[in-house]
Amino acid sequence: MWQELRTELRPRGLEIVTVALDARGRETAGPWISKAAPYHPSLIDEAHVVDALFGVVNVPSGIWIDEKGIIVRPPEPAHPRRPTFLDRVAPPDASPAERERIGLVKALHVEAERYVAALRDWASSENGRKSPYALSADEVVRRSRPRPIEEATAAAHFALGQALHSRGDLAAGIEHFREAHRLHPTNWTYRRDAWSLAGADRESVYGTSWVDEVKREGVENYYPRLRL
Amino acid sequence: MIFTEPRVLADEFERVTGWRLRPEGLCRGDRCVPFRSDHGMVELAAAAAALTMPLVHDDAHALWALGAEAGGRALRSAIAPELELPDFRGGSFRLSSLRGMKVLLVAWASW
Repeated sequence: MWQELRTELRPRGLEIVTVALDARGRETAGPWISKAAPYHPSLIDEAHVVDALFGVVNVPSGIWIDEKGIIVRPPEPAHPRRPTFLDRVAPPDASPAERERIGLVKALHVEAERYVAALRDWASSENGRKSPYALSADEVVRRSRPRPIEEATAAAHFALGQALHSRGDLAAGIEHFREAHRLHPTNWTYRRDAWSLAGADRESVYGTSWVDEVKREGVENYYPRLRL
Repeated sequence: MIFTEPRVLADEFERVTGWRLRPEGLCRGDRCVPFRSDHGMVELAAAAAALTMPLVHDDAHALWALGAEAGGRALRSAIAPELELPDFRGGSFRLSSLRGMKVLLVAWASW
C-alpha cells in the first residue's frame, strides 16, 4: 500500500519503513509483503516492540522521524488511501451480527487525504522551511500516550504470550494475552493479533469480540481524529 | 523483552533491551540510570527497578519478560529510540541506519 508514496517521496529524501505486527511473523506477514514487492525496508515485529518503544496501539499507525533521528510526530492513524472497507455493503443474506459489524467498520474515522497531504508537505520541507506538521520535541512527548504501570506491564505479558506461542504452547500464551488485554484494554494490536492466533475460537477463548470492544470503547476512538 | 534466566550477562541484557552497562550505570542513547552490576552480570529484578520496567515471571515456563518503561509518557523524549528488527527476508535492520533521511515508520498487520 505504501509503495506508490515511497516511489514519489524517496527522491525528496523520505524513506518509508513498514513494521508488521504479526506474532506469526513471516508466516502471515510474508505473503502480503511479497505481493507488494516493496523497495523500502519491510520489518517483522512478532512481539510488538513498537508498542512498548513508541506507544503504538493500533494499525495503521505512522511515526515521523527527521534527518537527525528526532521524532516530529508521535504515533497516529496513518492511512495511505481511503480503505475499501469504508465502502463495503452488507450482502442481502448477511446476518444481523454481520450487518452490525459492517456498520461499525463503515463508521470508523479515516482521514487518508489529510494525512498524505501533510506527509507530502513535510517531505518537501528543506532547510529554512519548516513544515507546520513537524511538531516540537515537547509537543511530541506531550502527545505521546501516557504510560501507566498497567500498560507497561501489559507489554511484558504480550511478549510472554508471543514467546510461548512461538514455542508451540498457545494455551499457555493465551493466559498472558488475556492479562495484556485486561491491563491495556485499548491496545488493539495486542487484542487483534492474539485473536488471530485463536482462529475461529477467538470469541469463546477471549469472551469478547471486535464488535463488543469497539462498542465499549466508542467507534470514534478506534482511529482518533488527526491533530494536524 | 524475553529472558530465560533471572540474571544475565550485560551483553545479553543490552542485546535484548538496548540498555548498555557502563561505569555510570545502564545507558541508552543520551540517558543513563544509576545501576550497580555484579561482575558484569545484570539481575533482572534490580534492572527492572532501576529502569521502572515491570518484570513478569512465568514460573511454569522459566521465562522472564521486561515490560515498557512505566510512568510519564510512552515517549520520554523526542529522540527516536533505536529499533532493531528483522526484515522479511531475515536480515537485520536498525532504524539508525537511515539517519540523514526523513523516515515514516508505519506499523501495520496482516490480521
